[in-house]
Amino acid sequence: MSAAKLEGRVECRHVAKTFGEEWARQIVVQDASFVIEEGELNVLIGPSGCGKSTLISLIAGYEEPTAGEITIDGVRVQGPGRDRLVVFQETALFPWMTSVENVMFGPTVRGTNPREARREAAALLEKVGLKGFEDKYPSQLSGGMQRRCELARALINQPKIMLMDEPFRGLDAMTRELMQEYLLRLFEESRHTILFVTSELEEAIFLADRLLILSAKPTSVKHILDIDLPRPRDFHILTSPRYAELKQEALEALYQEAVKAFSKGSKAAYDLVEAFGKRSSVS
Amino acid sequence: MGGVKPRWVLIAWTIACATAVAIVDTPGTAAVKFWGTIWIGPALALLVWWRSSAEVREARARRVGSVGRRPPLGRRLRKSLLNVHTLRGALGIAAVLVVWQIAQPLGFPIIKRIPPLSEVVTRFFADNGLFWRPKYWNGWVVSLVRIFSGFVLALIVGVPQGLAWGISRRFKAISFPVFEIFRPIPPLAFLPAAIYLMPTSELSIIFVIFLGAYFTIVINTINGVYNLDKSLQRAALSLGARRSDIFWKIIFPGTLPSIITGATVGMGITWMVLVAAEMIAGRSGIGFLTWESYTGGDIPQVVVGMVSMGIGGAICSAIIWRLGGNLMPWRKLF
Repeated sequence: MSAAKLEGRVECRHVAKTFGEEWARQIVVQDASFVIEEGELNVLIGPSGCGKSTLISLIAGYEEPTAGEITIDGVRVQGPGRDRLVVFQETALFPWMTSVENVMFGPTVRGTNPREARREAAALLEKVGLKGFEDKYPSQLSGGMQRRCELARALINQPKIMLMDEPFRGLDAMTRELMQEYLLRLFEESRHTILFVTSELEEAIFLADRLLILSAKPTSVKHILDIDLPRPRDFHILTSPRYAELKQEALEALYQEAVKAFSKGSKAAYDLVEAFGKRSSVS
Repeated sequence: MGGVKPRWVLIAWTIACATAVAIVDTPGTAAVKFWGTIWIGPALALLVWWRSSAEVREARARRVGSVGRRPPLGRRLRKSLLNVHTLRGALGIAAVLVVWQIAQPLGFPIIKRIPPLSEVVTRFFADNGLFWRPKYWNGWVVSLVRIFSGFVLALIVGVPQGLAWGISRRFKAISFPVFEIFRPIPPLAFLPAAIYLMPTSELSIIFVIFLGAYFTIVINTINGVYNLDKSLQRAALSLGARRSDIFWKIIFPGTLPSIITGATVGMGITWMVLVAAEMIAGRSGIGFLTWESYTGGDIPQVVVGMVSMGIGGAICSAIIWRLGGNLMPWRKLF
């Protein structure tokens, strides 16, 4: 895997997405232009309800942008494809398939011999720490196991880019930290391009190479922060002075964004200002 | 073994037989002979083929590997029959039987007019009681065959139709309003028309039974498709699934719980419809015997008929639950 050429560079140029009829148009994304660098862990952060999931849907190809263009390694996105796989907010494992059947789904529908696909899937499940759970159904797995199974289901297809839409939301704090470290280990090994969406700043800085900060609705990328913390990382990094500096920088950018939106009279922005105001006074 | 799956052959064979019975007007005993001689042999052979096929053996080997060896049949039977749930169920049934027996001597309002349990049992086993008459046991088979034929036809037509309506908005827009106009008409209101239109009276009874289950199955299936989590289809698309994969591996298994619910409710309705249809159009069957007993003024025998139908309905529902559980192993785990 590591020998493979790095790819998965995503370019969004003036992307916009609106919903609804003309008389009640809702602009969710407006003039968003940014680049997701290949072989890096890109993190998108923004307040909840700011259109992050919509951006993911657009890049995944589930929805078409109203204006603008998204390209992956120079090729325009037209519909979903297995070069970019999504790990969803809520688990999207198929409840009627055992974990190994879930993981082998991708190769099987593309015509790989089922026996071979099963062997490959079992090996990957072992790698994500699910050995012995191959024949369990998703409902028999814990939250953390489900996410790891879903990671395996994506990884088996060797995607160019992994789109992760708040994948660790709803996990308890312990599991969440473990999963973050786990994701880092996987990433540092394979250097897949990852686009990770979150609303948690600590998680964002801990994971990211590049931090893309979104504005409130209508969404666009306003600041890009390079996170130059050394790799491989573990949780000790959370107490380093550089981490605190970066966090402060990011908070300020988020805060500015919130104040700007606030002055336009948005209720969501008001919540934002309050929330981030509290946070920056704590740290 | 790529192509032919024995379980599908078995299902196809059974459906073919049910259709044959429906089309050829078979009075009571002939139907029994038909199922007993023509259907059963190939069906058993297919069953053995299926259970010994590589697929089943592999699945069993995996299950044994993860859970441990299956206990012997005797112990499994004892465990499933002599547990606290069946004992509670038996207790509930016993309580109803006791109330039934003492209702008349103690003069409970209204139900005191029902002949007590002992009288019904005596009547059932009396010299000219139903227990000794082949007509009664043939009635069971005839009624069950009618229910089975109508119900299977309802599944064959209703499930694909519900799935198609759930998937294609355009198809639904064209044909759903027609369906909605027919749906409120009670199946029994179709009976006069069915007797007039259908070539045989047997077919008209099966048609009405079919209608009883059909509407419920369709509505439940559509609803099942609509309730599917959208992100599952998206995930499958991202993983490279084609439209046929999405249908067979996502939409169909995802809708299965709703289909089973529809089938269970529909099965209940078929028994309601059966009696009335047999009273009017039939010359045989449990519903017909019940009606005949009533016109003859033999109330204990009417109760025998009612209890028979109750037991028959309960057995059918139990079979559907059981099949549903086998088709949806991921659901047994809750």
